[in-house]
Amino acid sequence: MSLSSSPFARRPRLAVHKFTSCDGCQLTLLNLGEQLLDLAERVEFVHFAEFGVVDEDADADIALVEGSVSTPHEIERIKTVRAHAKYLVAIGACATGGGIQALRNRHQAPEWMHAVYLQAGHTDVLDRVSPLSAHVRVDLELEGCPISTHQLLAALHDLLAGVAPAPSRDKLCLECKRRGLVCVVVTQGLPCLGPVTVTGCGVLCPGQGRDCYGCSGPAESPNAAALAAKFSTLGLSRQQVEQRFRAIHSAAPEFAELGIADD
Amino acid sequence: MTEGRSLKINVPMLARVEGEGALDLEIDRGRLAAARLRIFEPPRFFEKLVEGRAAAEMPDLVARICGICPVAYQMSAVHALEAIGSVEPTGWVREMRRLLYCGEWIESHCLHIHLLAAPDFLGFPDAAKMARQYPEAVRRGLRLQHLGNEIIALLGGRSVHPVGTCIGGFHRAPPAAAVSALRGRLHDAVPLAEELVRWTASLALPHARQDFVSVALRHPSEYPLNEGRIVSSDGLDIAIGEYADHFAEQPVAWSTALYSLYHGRPYLVGPLARLNLNLDLLPPQVRRNLARTEVPMPSSNPYHSIVARAVEVHYALLEALRILDDYHLPESPRVATKTRAGVGYGCTEAPRGLLWQRWETDADGHVVGCRIVPPTSQNQARIEEDLRLSLEAAGLDSPAEALRSRAEAVIRNYDPCISCATHFLTLRIRRRGGPQRARPPEALSTAARSAEES
Repeated sequence: MSLSSSPFARRPRLAVHKFTSCDGCQLTLLNLGEQLLDLAERVEFVHFAEFGVVDEDADADIALVEGSVSTPHEIERIKTVRAHAKYLVAIGACATGGGIQALRNRHQAPEWMHAVYLQAGHTDVLDRVSPLSAHVRVDLELEGCPISTHQLLAALHDLLAGVAPAPSRDKLCLECKRRGLVCVVVTQGLPCLGPVTVTGCGVLCPGQGRDCYGCSGPAESPNAAALAAKFSTLGLSRQQVEQRFRAIHSAAPEFAELGIADD
Repeated sequence: MTEGRSLKINVPMLARVEGEGALDLEIDRGRLAAARLRIFEPPRFFEKLVEGRAAAEMPDLVARICGICPVAYQMSAVHALEAIGSVEPTGWVREMRRLLYCGEWIESHCLHIHLLAAPDFLGFPDAAKMARQYPEAVRRGLRLQHLGNEIIALLGGRSVHPVGTCIGGFHRAPPAAAVSALRGRLHDAVPLAEELVRWTASLALPHARQDFVSVALRHPSEYPLNEGRIVSSDGLDIAIGEYADHFAEQPVAWSTALYSLYHGRPYLVGPLARLNLNLDLLPPQVRRNLARTEVPMPSSNPYHSIVARAVEVHYALLEALRILDDYHLPESPRVATKTRAGVGYGCTEAPRGLLWQRWETDADGHVVGCRIVPPTSQNQARIEEDLRLSLEAAGLDSPAEALRSRAEAVIRNYDPCISCATHFLTLRIRRRGGPQRARPPEALSTAARSAEES
């Protein structure tokens, strides 16, 4: 990650923020191994609580944001992050689509909350979990649950070189074919979401001989209805088809044509 | 004058912990009025989200509770769900699950030791600054952490939310060539793990002697990972299904994580508790290396947790090598699953300690309900007890900055995973055909619990 041709006059300032999430996407940084130390020399972490730097309101050239928005406080926080960041990157399924916790959008989570914690001062929760883009302008979305090291480093490399990253919106299915993997739908009759899921993970599931469960979210122009029909012919019930699409990306509008996405 | 001082210290966002929590200290006229790890991350209502879904999806879904210990969630869940169907995985599956868990222990422990905890003892705000003065120690730690990740990826494709685990075993057996390549790298790393133990023992760890109860799994012949009975340092010895008879969770005003108590008291889970209760099950090589340090085990000094973590890294590396040295391709990487209505329990040793789960499915294999008790909510009462003891020992008239940093170090020492801790909201909502009604907290902590478990 050479900065010799860097567009930045000084060491680029990087902030890492966490919203409602599992911590797994920022772990992509902490799991970089020795590359983490190199990165920490080349950028200045101005806020990255888990790494030891806390300054939520610091101005950043790049803000990496993990997690979805699920409380009124988080709406305010993401606006603050936006105001202090030149370039805001949503990292991972929670930030780009709401994540697995968006499954609660069909329920009355605030009532659940209230039932358990009657005491004052507890976190209020919103009726609906939403992606960052529902509240602020997002400059780049990196898909995945979690994002991969490759995606993150490629995007950072581009940004630090002054180039706009352009992650592939291709379908996982195509990458699988290019890698010459055996199709699990054809050979095993498994309900693989590869034909509608965006690539980026490195075709992990078909690589393990199993069906993709769509954790990276919808690809560009997915034909979800056709795939749902295919799943029916594989013997899946209506409910099974619904749950197949409605897991980690249950809030994805691309699956609305099935009549199963959130209204 | 300082005798009677009043002071409030608030750290709104703790650095170097997993997830987001705050610290509140309140000294009132020379007495410690409050010492709290305040957990405010929004809950994700996980236990509710999986109701009605297929049990077969659970290994993929429960992983999302925690990015740092997804394997732990997968392991407790598959054991519970297999128990419902009386599915018995093969010896090969059992060994591969131990291997997978070893990877997660190495990854999680090394992350904690080097990136989160050690800067406290060496006087740095973060690991990057520490690395400028101690480059070899930090790089050694990151190399070991990476090897842990590689072990997980061997069996699951990636280290965060790995995709290899299913009920009955694994989707695929790792190819022999990949196993062989990794085995070589692990062999080379054994001296690094031995050095790591001695390095953690050489840190200027505070002296403390605290009276606490350790709780961990215990297996007759192996250091516990996936199987065993729940035992404690005060004589408890129960089957995992009896957990709820002895441990109870309750909500508190300052935390979105529930508090677990053992017979009404705080208790310790995690590496130090495991080591205190299972020292005799470590291989001689690991015990010899530990004996070369000045650190006595079992230990009543909670700060020895960082050494216990390093000892477990050493153990996990050797255990992974033992398994990989015997590696062979199985006839099948999984056994067939059976769906059945029933209740099953799973309890495994997550890096941070006991992870207990109870799952109920219907005859079609759909999840009726689950209850998940993560290690951090079990340690939370112990953390606050330790805060109180440590700050009083340090002297409440100490400078505010010293109290604050000591308190932060106490909290970090337990490696709390706040993301995990808040992702459970065990609601005792009884459905009686009509609309859902929730009970008030008083009822939640007593009557409703016994009703649910009966």
